[in-house]
Amino acid sequence: MGDFDFQVIINSLPFLWQGLQLSLWLTFLAIIGGLAFGTLLALARLSGIRTLAFVAAGYVNLIRSIPLILVIFWFYFLVPLALGRPVGGFQSALIAFVMFEAAYYSEIMRAGIQSVRKGQVHAGQASGLGYWQIQRYIVLPQAFRNMIPILVTQGIILFQDTSLVFVVSLRDFMTASSIVARTEGRLVEMYLFAALVYFVICFAGSMLVRYLKGRMAT
Amino acid sequence: MNYNWNWGILFEEQYFNWLLSGLGWTVSVALSAWVMAFTLGSLVGVGRTVPNRLVRTLCTAYVELFRNIPLLVQMFIWYFAVPELVPDDMGRWMKRDMPNPEFVTAVIALGFYTASRVAEQVRAGIETVPAGLNAAAKSQGLSLGQTYRYILLPISFRLIVPPMTSEFLTIFKNSSLALTIGLLELTAQSQQIAEYTFQGFEAFTAATVIYVCIALLATILMQLLERHTRIPGYVGKEA
Repeated sequence: MGDFDFQVIINSLPFLWQGLQLSLWLTFLAIIGGLAFGTLLALARLSGIRTLAFVAAGYVNLIRSIPLILVIFWFYFLVPLALGRPVGGFQSALIAFVMFEAAYYSEIMRAGIQSVRKGQVHAGQASGLGYWQIQRYIVLPQAFRNMIPILVTQGIILFQDTSLVFVVSLRDFMTASSIVARTEGRLVEMYLFAALVYFVICFAGSMLVRYLKGRMAT
Repeated sequence: MNYNWNWGILFEEQYFNWLLSGLGWTVSVALSAWVMAFTLGSLVGVGRTVPNRLVRTLCTAYVELFRNIPLLVQMFIWYFAVPELVPDDMGRWMKRDMPNPEFVTAVIALGFYTASRVAEQVRAGIETVPAGLNAAAKSQGLSLGQTYRYILLPISFRLIVPPMTSEFLTIFKNSSLALTIGLLELTAQSQQIAEYTFQGFEAFTAATVIYVCIALLATILMQLLERHTRIPGYVGKEA
């Protein structure tokens, strides 16, 4: 332990920072995409249209029973095949994360939407609003508000999950740390440093969740 | 999209055996890690509710530490860093003589990680037991140990069966991370078949179907357990 080499970490900071930027960017885009697709899935499940609800439920349950790594492999294989040309690793990973997270977000959304009282929808209908207007102006804003803490929690989980792009060698923070660790032969330093960085970010996120929960309770 | 279908590939002896051995590793990693996570997680979860402040702080620290670091990083630390950090003799043993190093490391990493999640469920379960029961136990002269043994634990463990079910399912999925340290479990085997045969569609479908079956089977088992352990008339679905 005496020969812990801080210099190797300092020297590789610019390279690691690039990786971290990719991790954060991937997290951000996947949250946006996952939320959008997840909301659609949740609306489909609550639409009352039998086939639509059935298909959406099937999708959600399928995705939720397989590991994320397998989903990443699936889309690395499928996306180029479907488009008929090779695409960058980032796009495939992003699609995989959006498709995967949407299943989890849709469950959160469904609970959130169901937490909005039925009377609100009826009031909207009585005021002559259409389905999409009711969702857009009445149900979803209230649902989102109730869900903010749990959505942030899911965002933290997603950020941790992005480390799994390591399996397809996309250069996120984890892969960058691992590259430095191997080329410099400094496995202990680099992996402990990676753990520290992830911990600080995720712990800060969970403090934010606690703060948000406290504010909602009042 | 042009693609040469060949579902028969999955039933060729070599690849079929790969899938089978992958399934074997997935199940053994998940079940072994579950035993560890359940035991340790229960202790830590109980520790977060005891009156002793030091124990509570330590257990909270454990949960925060293991929950806020990605499982992949933890896996690498256990596999690459820990043998360098422990005393020399032990490190040498871990690197050279430890039997099945990938399997053991995967179980340890997954076990410690999942324990932090189990601990949260156990703590939540104990906290939902009405405060009156605790007070009643005290007024009857039960010691702290007796209160946990006869009142808090029997009730809370029966209450947390549903959230534990989802942790139990998650551990099977998370066992796929063992492939990053070279354990050829189910996902790794399907990836390997895809690389050898270029039949990615068939290989990944096989793995997907097997994972879905595991999830169904685990859900059914846990539902039986839930029905068996339900507390009649207590908070829950029917109350």
